[in-house]
Amino acid sequence: MSSEVYTGQAQRAAVAAVAVHDGDGHAHHHHQSFITKYIFSQDHKVISKQFLITGMIWAIIGGFFSVIFRLQLGFPDKSFPFLETIFGHWAAGGHISPELYYQLVTMHGTIMIFFVLTAGLSGTFSNFLIPLQLGARDMASPFLNMLSYWFFFAASIIMLISLFLKTGPSEAGWTAYPPLSALHEASEGSKTGMDLWLISMAVFVVSQLLAGLNYISTILNMRTKGMSMTRMPLTIWALFFTAVLGVLSFPVLLSGFILLLFDRNLGTSFYLSDIYIAGHALPNQGGSPILYEHLFWFLGHPEVYIVMLPGMGITSELLATHSRKPIFGYLAMVGSLFAIASLSFLVWAHHMFVSGMNPFLGAFFVLFTLLIAVPSSVKVFNWLATLWKGNIQYTVPALFAIGFVSLFISGGLTGIWLGNSALDLHLHDTYFVIAHFHLVMGIAAFFGMFAGVYHWFPKMFGRFMNNTLGYIHFWVTFIGAYLMFWPMHYEGLAGMPRRYYEYSADALAIYHRFQGLNEFISVVAIIVFAVQLMFVFNFFYSIFKGRPVKDPNPWKANTLEWTTPIHVGHGNWPGEIPEVHRWAYDYSKNGIDFIPQTVPVSPAEEEVGETVKTPQ
Amino acid sequence: MSGFFVVVLLLLLFIIVVQIAKASEYVAILKGEKKTQEQNNRLHATLMLVFLIAGLIGLYICHELLKDKLLPVAASVQGVAIDHMMTVTLVITGIVFFITQILLFVFAYKYRGREGHQASYYHENSRIEFFWTAIPALTMTILVAIGLKHWFSITSAAPPNAMVVEVTGKQFNWIFRYPGKDGVLGKRDYRLIDEGKFNPLGQVWSDPYNHDDVVSSELHLVVGRPVKLEIGSRDVIHDVGLPYFRLKMDAVPGVPTTLWFTPKYTTAEMAKMTGDPNFVYKLVCDQLCGAGHYSMVANIVVETQQEFDQWLASQKSQYELAKEGGAIPSDTTKMAMLPVKAQPSVVSAK
Repeated sequence: MSSEVYTGQAQRAAVAAVAVHDGDGHAHHHHQSFITKYIFSQDHKVISKQFLITGMIWAIIGGFFSVIFRLQLGFPDKSFPFLETIFGHWAAGGHISPELYYQLVTMHGTIMIFFVLTAGLSGTFSNFLIPLQLGARDMASPFLNMLSYWFFFAASIIMLISLFLKTGPSEAGWTAYPPLSALHEASEGSKTGMDLWLISMAVFVVSQLLAGLNYISTILNMRTKGMSMTRMPLTIWALFFTAVLGVLSFPVLLSGFILLLFDRNLGTSFYLSDIYIAGHALPNQGGSPILYEHLFWFLGHPEVYIVMLPGMGITSELLATHSRKPIFGYLAMVGSLFAIASLSFLVWAHHMFVSGMNPFLGAFFVLFTLLIAVPSSVKVFNWLATLWKGNIQYTVPALFAIGFVSLFISGGLTGIWLGNSALDLHLHDTYFVIAHFHLVMGIAAFFGMFAGVYHWFPKMFGRFMNNTLGYIHFWVTFIGAYLMFWPMHYEGLAGMPRRYYEYSADALAIYHRFQGLNEFISVVAIIVFAVQLMFVFNFFYSIFKGRPVKDPNPWKANTLEWTTPIHVGHGNWPGEIPEVHRWAYDYSKNGIDFIPQTVPVSPAEEEVGETVKTPQ
Repeated sequence: MSGFFVVVLLLLLFIIVVQIAKASEYVAILKGEKKTQEQNNRLHATLMLVFLIAGLIGLYICHELLKDKLLPVAASVQGVAIDHMMTVTLVITGIVFFITQILLFVFAYKYRGREGHQASYYHENSRIEFFWTAIPALTMTILVAIGLKHWFSITSAAPPNAMVVEVTGKQFNWIFRYPGKDGVLGKRDYRLIDEGKFNPLGQVWSDPYNHDDVVSSELHLVVGRPVKLEIGSRDVIHDVGLPYFRLKMDAVPGVPTTLWFTPKYTTAEMAKMTGDPNFVYKLVCDQLCGAGHYSMVANIVVETQQEFDQWLASQKSQYELAKEGGAIPSDTTKMAMLPVKAQPSVVSAK
């Protein structure tokens, strides 16, 4: 195969490059200052940890915000003096103001979706796993890789500054629909906060593009000898499609945001027409907010899969490893990832069924949206079949992977409701939607992330995380997720609108009956949040005090990252890069517990799951 | 002070949990990795099964507690169709939900790691893979067909006998306009909006079709008669949410949208059916529109044609109100000089 030859060449070139870079051997490599080693590092493993820790800090902030607005929803009549201590006049008398409520909601969404589940999740695992699992010394461009983190860092700082503005951060929702987001008069958050939000997001898009191009070129060009595409672990396939989605869709979002910045500051009318606000009529004519909705959701929907696919890849990998069984239907798994990634570009307008878009157009989006259920169910069935007749080792990552499947089923099935436009007429923008996407892409994606952190922590830091805390973390979060979000389906079916500051007005008497439930959900949310803090504690504590790893392959896994030394240096393998002879899923084959990818196929052995034979 | 104690208590609890976790780590090392893993397999596999059973009981309890808090019967012809479709979807997704979740947790229990056991090297079966691709594909086709049938019927052109009501959203309330006796809504220009001069919608007073248009803050509908809402917004995007009728449609500035439906029960009938004498239909805003989003609620009255006619006749037109308020000079000849287009911009379905 020509690709095989090409891979070999690229790899040799990379080896040569590293050899030159290393001078006369690997031992001299660590003469780096603190700054080049830990801050402006070009080592993919350090950059991955930078993404992870930045993501964790954002997750704490984003999670804390949700606790604050859950206090408002659960206890609208109670006063919490500590809120006034934190937020000052925004929470006078211990009650958060409607403005603050909407700012918290907006920032919770923005932070969780973009900064945690995009940068924190695929940033961490793409950076960490792509070179290690493919057998590369680093990314195709370590420098661009470093830049991608620092652009993300800059975006983070800008967003953080917006939290401290006098008029507060954006309050237009994570979707930032104009004219609400376009007009300074429309809300407090639509003043400077919105500009900073847009600038931060634009910088964030740059970071994602640099990262994505790098991931794609590394996967295509830097695979070690024998690592054909069809021998790649499913994590890499998932991260590959994630990167492709990001590269193709983020630029469209950027264009949408830039036009919005023009409308806000330069007097253009891309999204504005016929508006009378704050006592005067605006001169803008001819624009359409629906244009923005199209541009936004053209990213916005693939974004859901940018968040989901890494978790799917991690789950596939971990279910196989921890049940000591090959993944079921490897090619179907790759095919379904491809189908999901392709279809994700054809479904964006299912967020816009009630936007006033032509209903005939809506019909196509119904069709493609429901089609996604087919590859998704193939994935679920394959995961179930992977567990079937397995020998499941209940480690913490295994638990999170199983939890992922359960949450993905529960949240995914309601997607079939919402994607059917006629049902969406009733359910759109109710709590049903909140329940749906928190289960399927919020908590499930977090489960993928947790599974990955617990699984690769020994590789990252040479120590284990505390198991008991991990088990508590899993069970409380898993049970809590269902307690919080399952009953919300009922609120949604009752038509309870999302993004309401309170439901206590007389006019909303029909929703008073859910007050007890709201209180319950808030209490569960606080407990679940506290347990996440325990996870953060476990993470940082274990970096320094965790049980040291003694076996370089503690999970008895087949993939290449476990062939590196326990403490991996820059360049990943001290000697030559290992060669790959088989797929990653030879578990329990011919009575052998696991056969790493580096073990040659014996003549008597039948090689399965592999279409391209490597010349021996 | 109690807050302080709560924090101290939580910290203590946290320290205890961490100490137990640390101790159990040492115990695990003493026992040996293999034995510990064996124990964990047993414990968590059992917990998986317990979770399944407790979860299924939990679903039942949750349903028992919340089923009475759902909405009453759909109050529009279209809503009945949507409710029916929802039941079909619930049954189909429900079957899949129970089968897959039960299999997941039963497998998780049954195939827990056991000493001396080995997993099966089983990773392909093209026949079964074909079936579990084909069955979802077929099911989805059915759901798409049902969905689109309803979607096209709901979004089709309003029937000719539909009455027309204009709905305008603004931060943070709703304005409704009825065409009056002539059955035609008069022309509007957003630059003429002036709350102080009794013109919240920017009606062009020189257009005679405007003279009998009634503006109200309440939506009045006739039972059994299709109504076509012509929806717009004065400032940002809002959404006409009609939970009792199972419908909604965005109100977008500069882009007119429409929604039509047929109310099935009058407010009085609904009050009787729900046993709530104070029952009122509500219109809620379903699109984040600013700090007052949560307060953007309007009342809807569904009544008989006779009651509606009486109500409309009792209302003064906005033109009259503006005139009484001195916002319009009574000399109509002056108005003829204003540039007016002959046709009304919005023509009723009649």
